[in-house]
Amino acid sequence: MTKLNINGTEMDVEADGSMPLLWAVRDIAGMTGTKYGCGVGLCGACTVHIDGVAQRSCQITVDEVVGKAVTTIEGLDANGEHRVQQAWRELNVPQCGFCQSGQIMQAASLLAENPKPTDGEILEAMEGNVCRCGCYQRIVAAVRLASTGA
Amino acid sequence: MLKYLDQIHSPVARALTVQKVSRRAFLGTSSAFAVAVFTAPRAEAFPVWETGGSAMPNGLVDDPMVFVSIDTDGTVHLVAHRSEMGTGSRTTLPMIMADEMEADWDRVNIIQAEGDEPKYGNQNTDGSRSLRHHIQAARKIGGSVRMMLAGAAAEEWGVPVGEVVVSNHTVSHGGKSLGFGDLAENAMAMPVPAHKDIDYKSEDAFRYIGKGQVQITDLRDITTGAAVYGADVTLPGMKIAMVARPPVVGGKATSFDAEAAMAIPGVVAVHELPYSIMPAGFAPLGGVAVVADNTYAAIQGREALNITWEGGPHAGYTSKSYMAEMVAETRKMGTVMREQGDPDTAFANAAKVFTQTYTQDHMAHIPMEPPVALANFTGDAMEIWAPVQSPYQARQDAAKAVGLDEANVRVNVTLLGGGFGRKSKADYVTEAALLSQLVKAPVRVQWTREDDVHHSFYHTASAERIEAALDGSGKVVGWRHNSTAPSILSIFAPDSGHQFPIETGMGHVDVPFDIPNVRMDNGKAMAHTRIGWFRAVSNVPRAWAIGSFVGELAHELGKDQRAMWLELIGAPRTVDTVAEGYPETYWNYGEPANGFEIKTGKLINVLNIAADAIGYGKDLPEGEGIGLAVHRSFVSYVAVATRVKIIDGKVTVPEMHMAIDCGYAANPERISSQMEGASVMGMTIAQHSGITFADGAVEQSNFYDYDVTRSTNYPNNVKVHIVPHGFDEHSTGVGEPGVPPVAPSIANAVFEAQGKRLRHIPMGEMI
Ligand code: FES
Ligand code: FES
Repeated sequence: MTKLNINGTEMDVEADGSMPLLWAVRDIAGMTGTKYGCGVGLCGACTVHIDGVAQRSCQITVDEVVGKAVTTIEGLDANGEHRVQQAWRELNVPQCGFCQSGQIMQAASLLAENPKPTDGEILEAMEGNVCRCGCYQRIVAAVRLASTGA
Repeated sequence: MLKYLDQIHSPVARALTVQKVSRRAFLGTSSAFAVAVFTAPRAEAFPVWETGGSAMPNGLVDDPMVFVSIDTDGTVHLVAHRSEMGTGSRTTLPMIMADEMEADWDRVNIIQAEGDEPKYGNQNTDGSRSLRHHIQAARKIGGSVRMMLAGAAAEEWGVPVGEVVVSNHTVSHGGKSLGFGDLAENAMAMPVPAHKDIDYKSEDAFRYIGKGQVQITDLRDITTGAAVYGADVTLPGMKIAMVARPPVVGGKATSFDAEAAMAIPGVVAVHELPYSIMPAGFAPLGGVAVVADNTYAAIQGREALNITWEGGPHAGYTSKSYMAEMVAETRKMGTVMREQGDPDTAFANAAKVFTQTYTQDHMAHIPMEPPVALANFTGDAMEIWAPVQSPYQARQDAAKAVGLDEANVRVNVTLLGGGFGRKSKADYVTEAALLSQLVKAPVRVQWTREDDVHHSFYHTASAERIEAALDGSGKVVGWRHNSTAPSILSIFAPDSGHQFPIETGMGHVDVPFDIPNVRMDNGKAMAHTRIGWFRAVSNVPRAWAIGSFVGELAHELGKDQRAMWLELIGAPRTVDTVAEGYPETYWNYGEPANGFEIKTGKLINVLNIAADAIGYGKDLPEGEGIGLAVHRSFVSYVAVATRVKIIDGKVTVPEMHMAIDCGYAANPERISSQMEGASVMGMTIAQHSGITFADGAVEQSNFYDYDVTRSTNYPNNVKVHIVPHGFDEHSTGVGEPGVPPVAPSIANAVFEAQGKRLRHIPMGEMI
């Protein structure tokens, strides 16, 4: 049994300490907004925030996040109205949608750290998040919109 | 949320998620419908046209009683019977119903249909067919309900139905008005009007159709993590399974260590699954399954199996030598598929013959969501939740595998995290069904990305050799195209090594050029892996070859690309497939010739739109070039004009224009999003997507060696130009036709930029 802080709530998570956080969040904590896309840190579908910074939950174990704040897409904003989420809706970004919680978590982390990124900084920050449907043009526009309001 | 999911925690509640309005025997005549009930400009019933939809298994259903129910609070429930994998059909078809019904979109709730084709009509979400086949039914369903609401109100008020106004969720007459909810029960008991009696909205009265302001129905859930995909459904007592499948198709495990797997905490069972070898349809490959309490334990358990495999008859499959054999095959005369004029004489008398060969590796679809399925076998029945493109097929396959009658099997369709053709083939659903039966518990089978890359139904590998006979003036007077590629048919029937009409109809026999002497032939290539359809299918290698060849021919003849395309296409014409020697078996995407002809004027038009938009012919800085390609597929016409900029050897795309003629554009916003997506997938195909085999097994595994286009190098400034049409110009395909012209337009642009001609895809990101 491990105590984890997920989305501001202390939870007892019955998981082996070596279990990737991704599976603990999905299978044990029962929050399914965080997605599995590759398991090797190369697609970003599993992106969560650890103490506010985007990380790949498939590449970090339960033991490693003990005492830290884990935020998943479900906890990004209590009302689902984070400005990144709003920008995503305004531009009708998703196609299948599967990559999008990871994209949103990545973008939210970028803007928290760098509220006015250049286009180059946006592209670099989002490089690890694959969208197989190919929504990049709208993803980048949505990050810009969330950043500058235009 | 997907509304049927309410049932997950309480299976008995299923029927309560929708307040069903009972179907009654319809009495009386429909004379009430002889007059108009709609306020906006009035239209006649639109003339119905025949599509291939009626010839699809279980055809088309346009009964509003199947698709619509209205709650007494006015909520309108509309059934989406196609699978949502990102194209937007789960939004667009209900949106059409709602508009024609005069329902307020904000008061519409969408219900995802379970796999039940006898009830809903064909559900196979594939072939860019959802709008093409179902747009008329969607209008009819909506129009019927609007008439029924008006009829119920007229009866209640004792006024002529022609004076009743239905507008934006309200039915009114003079000062009286009623909401849809007030009328729900009586309206749904009215007779369903015949098509000819429906007073359809005129196009200028559409609120949503053709507009593009409607957001996709799952947008909020997707952005909050609440959207439900295949792996997001859980049942009490559910187990997770991972399957180790034979690396070579048709192979078997000769030994494995079940005890070691069972020793992993959380592992509850190890089962060997029955093996299959082509042709086995969508049957699972077999292998060794590890069933566990959670995904991590299943992964660890599978790793502990320490399996020894035997390869079987396809263990010799090696891409390098196979490709060389295919290229050699293209130089022989294959089975002739189409012949027009006298190509032998044309080539014998040619002043010059220009020949090139183009190749393509296999590809895997790698939808962002790898295959996954949950099955709950309960002895005499089974319920499944899965992201499937063809839920009824999946239901039939799974029922057969566990020995149940399909009547006792239900397939619930979750959202699909991408499909691209992979999720038409539901081997993963059958695996879940078999395992649930074996372990007597609900089982979710989760594929890893490596599983997905290693055990796909791969896009065919191909070699395409094209020859043009030129006369003394440089005019093309003869055309030969040998296409050699293992066939999809090999998964369904004993392999002849030859393609079938569905494949030869995709850009091979239907090359729309106006050339008097033509021969298309098909070389032999035996399949050694499971070949399956991938977004745009055989059009990808054909458009790649033909588009590149046109670019090369232009250079050879000292013409620009646009002039070369226009010369080859010739004057606008409707192709006479008989006169031009098309085979009797010619497959026009399953559509009847009438209304879905090959119209070369549309090719010319989209080509000119894209070329003009990019400023084709303008001077460009050093290291930049523009490439053009145009292709008809899925009855749509797409041209791509790409500007490439080579930066330190890296091919980048700063600008791309995509022009599409897809007939009537019901949801331009989703058409644009499909084209934008096609630009990215097309660039992935051009630069990254190659699956190769060595000793029968796939050499790639995950994004580190099977990468895709990413945010640091994707097509920028993609502008989509949709040719406007009225509703009478039949809607055609959108999901697939954007992909094929992208790779050749990039290759042609690279040549213009740097003089380097690339003839194999993937061509790599660096040149
Ligand atoms: S699943 Fe973690 S990066 Fe792909
Ligand atoms: S929207 Fe489908 S993978 Fe990004």
